[in-house]
Amino acid sequence: MSDDLKIELGRRYRFSASHRLHSPLLSEEQNWRVYGKCNNPFGHGHNYVVEVRVSGAVDAATGMIVNLADLDGFVEREVIEAFDHKSLNEDVEAFRERVPTTEYVCVEIYERLKQFPLAKLERVRMEETSNNAFEYAGEEIPDRLRSSRGEEQ
Amino acid sequence: MVYLTRKIEFSASHLYHNPALSAEENRRIFGKCNNSHGHGHNYALEVTVAGEPDPVTGMVLDLKELKEILEREITERMDHRFLNYEVPELNGQIPTCENIVRVIWNLLEPKIRKGRLHKVRLYETPDLFAECYRNGGSGR
Repeated sequence: MSDDLKIELGRRYRFSASHRLHSPLLSEEQNWRVYGKCNNPFGHGHNYVVEVRVSGAVDAATGMIVNLADLDGFVEREVIEAFDHKSLNEDVEAFRERVPTTEYVCVEIYERLKQFPLAKLERVRMEETSNNAFEYAGEEIPDRLRSSRGEEQ
Repeated sequence: MVYLTRKIEFSASHLYHNPALSAEENRRIFGKCNNSHGHGHNYALEVTVAGEPDPVTGMVLDLKELKEILEREITERMDHRFLNYEVPELNGQIPTCENIVRVIWNLLEPKIRKGRLHKVRLYETPDLFAECYRNGGSGR
């Protein structure tokens, strides 16, 4: 009966980081108009939540799609260490050129986590605050939006 | 199509142990979840039913009826139970979130007669959940 059932595992992680929304393609006035207080030159910070969803066969011996220790370790190495208590604009290569809106942060994290070898990444959901959430499931995006990391591959 | 979701909570204990593996392997794979006396969680279950609202009642499925199904099939079976020893549907399985959510799907699906079961999401903690749906259905 359950042969065609699909099971996904969801895990939530947290990091805190600062960012400033400022596009080099816009004038000072336009930046202020578009981004408002998020354009403050000194930046500001958020407690981000990253919800990671993976799928795969449930191993009969362990009852697991993937051992949480392996998933946690990968996310810790690839995302948390790189983003936590950092300035996204200054400390994360992908955001040297690109505005670190949470839309783009979500895409960047998806690109990093899709390399996870032990399960299939289904989607990444980011909460910037408890009132804003963004989701990305790997849909095709134009080249100009791809991360620098993605372009190197 | 309208999607209706109802939440319930239940509290239960479990442990992870595969008798086919050595004590060392069990400890290595399952870590503290292998503690032989078990441990517990407050589980939160979200059940989503899809369907068209009835033209007379405006309901996909009477929430009262769904509440009774969840009470009978899930709460009575799992609330304040030791999942390894007291839930026959989990016999021979490690009671991970992945396995419990599938058992819950199989218990609920035949009981839902108005609309159809679309998705079941089971939180073991606020930061860990498993979701079950039919292949081709949306994981959203």
